[in-house]
Amino acid sequence: MPVKTYAEALCQSLIDTCEAEPNLIFIPAAFGGLSPHAASFRPFYARYADRILGAPIAEIALCGIGVGAAIGGLRPVIDVLSASFLYQGIAQVVNEAANVLYMTDGKTACPVIFHAMQGVLPGEAAQHNRCLSAELWNSPGLEIVLPASPEDAAGLWKTAVASPNPTVFMDHQLLMGLTQDVPDHVDPIPFGQARICREGKDVTVVATLAAVPRALEAAERLAREDGVAVEVVDPRTLVPFDEETVVQSVRKTGRAVVADETIRSCGVAAEIAARIQERCWGVLKAPVKRVTLPDVPIPFSRPQEAVVWLTPEKIAQAVREVLAWR
Amino acid sequence: MERVHELLGRMLFMRRFEERVIELFEQEQFEGHYHVYNGQEATALGAMDAVPRDDYMYTTHRNHGHLLARGADPVALMAEILGKANGLVGGRGGSYHAAWPEGNVPVTSALVAGNIPQAAGTALAAKRRGTGQVVVCWFGDGAVEEGAFYETMNLSALWKLPVLYLCENNSVPARYRAMGQYPSSTHAAPALTEVVRPFGIESHAVDGTDYDAVHDLVRQLMERLHRGEGPFFIEARTSRWPGSYGVWPQLTGGRFQIGWVFDPASAPEVVREWTTESDPIVLLARRALERGAIDRQGLEALDREQSTAVDRVVEAALAAPDPRPEDTFRHVLR
Ligand SMILES: Cc1ncc(C[n+]2csc(CCOP(=O)(O)OP(=O)(O)O)c2C)c(N)n1
Ligand SMILES: [Mg+2]
Repeated sequence: MPVKTYAEALCQSLIDTCEAEPNLIFIPAAFGGLSPHAASFRPFYARYADRILGAPIAEIALCGIGVGAAIGGLRPVIDVLSASFLYQGIAQVVNEAANVLYMTDGKTACPVIFHAMQGVLPGEAAQHNRCLSAELWNSPGLEIVLPASPEDAAGLWKTAVASPNPTVFMDHQLLMGLTQDVPDHVDPIPFGQARICREGKDVTVVATLAAVPRALEAAERLAREDGVAVEVVDPRTLVPFDEETVVQSVRKTGRAVVADETIRSCGVAAEIAARIQERCWGVLKAPVKRVTLPDVPIPFSRPQEAVVWLTPEKIAQAVREVLAWR
Repeated sequence: MERVHELLGRMLFMRRFEERVIELFEQEQFEGHYHVYNGQEATALGAMDAVPRDDYMYTTHRNHGHLLARGADPVALMAEILGKANGLVGGRGGSYHAAWPEGNVPVTSALVAGNIPQAAGTALAAKRRGTGQVVVCWFGDGAVEEGAFYETMNLSALWKLPVLYLCENNSVPARYRAMGQYPSSTHAAPALTEVVRPFGIESHAVDGTDYDAVHDLVRQLMERLHRGEGPFFIEARTSRWPGSYGVWPQLTGGRFQIGWVFDPASAPEVVREWTTESDPIVLLARRALERGAIDRQGLEALDREQSTAVDRVVEAALAAPDPRPEDTFRHVLR
């Protein structure tokens, strides 16, 4: 199996889906963002230039055009580049796209894909580092996809394109260079199926997007230094959410940490922790711990940025705390 | 003669400042995306020299030149870019969000068009409170693509708000700048000056590489704004510096050389055409030379002075203390 980066695997999937779905169009397309791996998407741009509409900086109109184009029979991908810019278009995402099917009693479908990169990047300060998956999860009617590995990016993308629902597909600039053996042909990965990234019996770490490789790093270190076996579970999609896999894992380990880059209060980790608590009360040997961004805007300077950054050290520390709890 | 000398000095200071910013980034002295003002120096200086300090200014992601022209302390600006505790906003914002609240630059949004409604709101406050203040709002041609721009134009025309909307169109090739016309790939309007006219907003185009032209126009409009007229819209046309073509600034062609003023053909190929036709420093220096207002020795001495001044700014900023980690949670709320 060839070794591919996240960017290369996703690029191949973009090509495959364009081939299979003649109505798939991109408005605009800027995969990989500012990362050096943006260059890995060139084969897609070269091959499917006719599927890409260049567009002015007009998020609210573009998101709405995505809604209308989907209703009109296209499979539009609205690429807002950074999740932070999704705020400019948010009304069309959370209050239009999300409501179309329900408001029409199931008669009008809206299979639009909103694509954005989400996650904290060094030096990007308060306005370019916003993580929106919690806000989106608070709007029923959207599928939310957070691929954390090359194969997941490729496989989940295929499902997003085939989905009859509005889907927010958010990848992460810092994951673009991640490598994995990926088959040339990746099958669609169904939404709502968590991936057990590493098995372990002592503590479950539920992690999303950039927190997944960081949780794996923490798990490695804890195995080495503390002899602790951490199980890392990536839900891969928030909507639909694979509660069963998470619950089974926590029933096995009895302890859970949730790591996610949204803000602590009302964040993704808060929701997952609440579900674990509801389903695993009685088997939990310690309160569920969250590793998140704290309730503060992201500061620019390095020493203050380091305070808020979600690190493998913070995940490892949380695991040690739930293990020490009594 | 004195004046052109001083003006060239200030433009050279800005150019050397931004060159050092690019170098400091490449030396990993700071991280994150950033934007430099090369090629637009005459616009900021021409405009800011005509804006009273009591008036407000809102700037953008490309703010270094606006802040320097406004009179912000260069050490504090460089310290902000480096994320230092004595930066303009304590290292909280970096290049993206450099602002100067003490100098009536209240906050800097780095979201395209994010500042435009804010400028209108501050103008509404000034008008209702009768403070007599006017607001200058900088933005790029890209902001004219955003919905917030149009909503704000409508509102500020309805409410006759005292705002000078200063759109820097840095996408204009030299030949179109000269003709007063240009095509735009992302805008359907034949010229950005046209888009506000249906709202009844008076609109002007100006050559952004020409300090005097910008200065005269802004001075007149500021006087009229202070008399209660407005809002007004200016499109200042410049041509993008080749180092700002990519997503990351690049010191394309190396640091600017004074020799290029005398022999533009000696500039590296990548910047030669731009240097010859569109660099406001070269254009101004050549006019001054032709008039005999400055000579080669004088120009070289001036550049050395300004480069040294920038070196001192960088030294001071690098030596400044870092913000304290324990202050991370200060100022989320008052
Ligand atoms: C709302 C929003 N969308 C997208 C971006 C990304 N972005 C940063 S600068 C820029 C181009 C802005 O062009 P223009 O306004 O002409 O300013 P210039 O950089 O040319 O000075 C874009 C799209 C952003 N900062 N904010
Ligand atoms: Mg521009």
